[in-house]
Amino acid sequence: MKYVPPGQAGSIVSVEPRYENFIGGKWLAPTHGKYRVDLAPATAGPITEVAESTPEDVELALDAAHAAKDAWGEASATERAQVLNAIADAIEQNAEMLAVTESWENGKPVRETLNADIPLVVDHFRYFAAAARGDENTSTEIDKDLVAYHFREPLGVVGQIIPFNFPLLMAAWKLAPALAAGNCAVIKPASPTPWSILKLMETIEDVLPPGLINVITGPGAEIGKALAANPRIAKVSFTGETVTGRLIMQYAAQNLIPSTTELGGKSPNIFFADVMAHDDDFLDKAVEGLVLFAFNKGEVCTAPSRALIHEDIYDEFMARCLERIGKIRQGNPLDTDTMVGPQVSRQQIEKIESYVDIGRNEGAEVLIGGHRAKVDGDEFADGYFFEPTALKGDNKMRVFQEEIFGPVLAVTTFKDDEDALAIANDTLYGLGAGVWTRDGNRAYKMGRKIKAGRVWTNCYHQYPAGAAFGGYKISGIGRENHRMMLDHYSQTKNLLVSYSTKPLGFF
Amino acid sequence: MAESASPARITATPAAREAIIRLSARRGGPVMFVQSGGCCAGSTPMCYPLGEFLVGDIDVLLGDIEGAPFYIDRRLDEAWHQDQFLLDVAVGEPGGFSLPAGDNLHFVTLSPACATPGTPEGG
Repeated sequence: MKYVPPGQAGSIVSVEPRYENFIGGKWLAPTHGKYRVDLAPATAGPITEVAESTPEDVELALDAAHAAKDAWGEASATERAQVLNAIADAIEQNAEMLAVTESWENGKPVRETLNADIPLVVDHFRYFAAAARGDENTSTEIDKDLVAYHFREPLGVVGQIIPFNFPLLMAAWKLAPALAAGNCAVIKPASPTPWSILKLMETIEDVLPPGLINVITGPGAEIGKALAANPRIAKVSFTGETVTGRLIMQYAAQNLIPSTTELGGKSPNIFFADVMAHDDDFLDKAVEGLVLFAFNKGEVCTAPSRALIHEDIYDEFMARCLERIGKIRQGNPLDTDTMVGPQVSRQQIEKIESYVDIGRNEGAEVLIGGHRAKVDGDEFADGYFFEPTALKGDNKMRVFQEEIFGPVLAVTTFKDDEDALAIANDTLYGLGAGVWTRDGNRAYKMGRKIKAGRVWTNCYHQYPAGAAFGGYKISGIGRENHRMMLDHYSQTKNLLVSYSTKPLGFF
Repeated sequence: MAESASPARITATPAAREAIIRLSARRGGPVMFVQSGGCCAGSTPMCYPLGEFLVGDIDVLLGDIEGAPFYIDRRLDEAWHQDQFLLDVAVGEPGGFSLPAGDNLHFVTLSPACATPGTPEGG
């Protein structure tokens, strides 16, 4: 089926001509009254206008968060869980609307937002509602008269900056643990995708106490530093590229506050020879596992963008994969049959094109794709569609080393386990990896030796709440998606209590 | 501190030079560039007010364009093994916290060998 684009007659998504910032439970116009147009990548046409905020608006958002933080910080785990569950329920009741919203603004196919993004958002809030309820403080009997009590206390107000590739899921990954731990948040969505999260706030505003979540939109140069370097935040968390990650940590160092950074990857996806031992469901799953490089049009920090295939099976396995890639349906993201939509922006598709050129110049062989895609429908003539592309080459090539953030796969072969491991780890990044084999011992050993925070084993691109996610090496510092996040968003208060009446005897 | 590349490994199109001059004049101060890598806005140069980004021993100075120093992380530089960088401008807002190259323009770095196709507006 095809959903009607937001704003058009018959769409399940209503679109206001203009969206304000969401601050203190109210929709506040930006101080300077400036707005910018938000584009749909499928058509390059406008969706709506959003606030082009300035540092004054960041301060207003922080005012609202600080006004709310004491009451929320003292709310019981039961009360916090009730709010998180109410948020989840409201999102679930509006799942289809939010799926279409996010698909249209980001370009990701609606089959993904319906079946992955939005259900994961709902589950994430429920997971952290449960984590908050199930969390226990500790007490330790140091000796018979001395007891160490450990209490979790909220940090206060946190600043969060999220990327464009999963506008709602990345918001949930950051907001849910922060709220569960009793903090209030000021969050800045990415410039290409400011609208989805504002529709999310419309969806949950009736169940959200004012000031818990404050959303400000605008350019990073104007409000990014104003938030990240602000002495009124107690923690900053960021997902994005490496230089901004360093800048975030620099600001955090200057304010002596903690930071969490998740900074991209160039993840290896390793296919051992035994995947071809039988022509069965598992082989079919492995083929799909390679083609997952095109999931979310490759705009995923953990995209399996380097396929490492055992040389003995390369020809036959890759032939099956190329056949599957050739069947990818590309076009209108709101068509439930579409598998790959447009890249998020003109900037992204131009970058992808230039990388494919770099690959060609380096001698990589274009196995499939390599160009902008023409898709059905005149309305999509200006959309940012790029063909799913596979380049065969050597791991030293730039297209194997740099994160392209598009549907571009770099493919190479390996001789044995040692060779596979060396190639897998020959990268600056360490966010994700995939291992495909029928041999459990090999899978375990490879998984433990790959320097990456997440090694999918006989699967890929699953992001269930409860499985910790984060980087090794320059892919960032910290974890998300796990109840350990409660620690990342908490202070530890220790009360060391003596129940003895006897003096120490020193003085 | 970062070592300076001599001769400079960064050059710029006239459009990029003009953008830097205009940006510096409008801001009332010089700017700097740091090449980024990874994720959404990765592989693009970030433009900041001069001194905003703390450069360390890990960074390599590729040269100066109109008074704006251009740095890259040594690890990225080694992995990319790209000798020459060409600074240009392209349509669209910048990523991260980068200053724009003008109204709805952002800076890009190109490999001079591949600089011609795909960026017709690139000066």
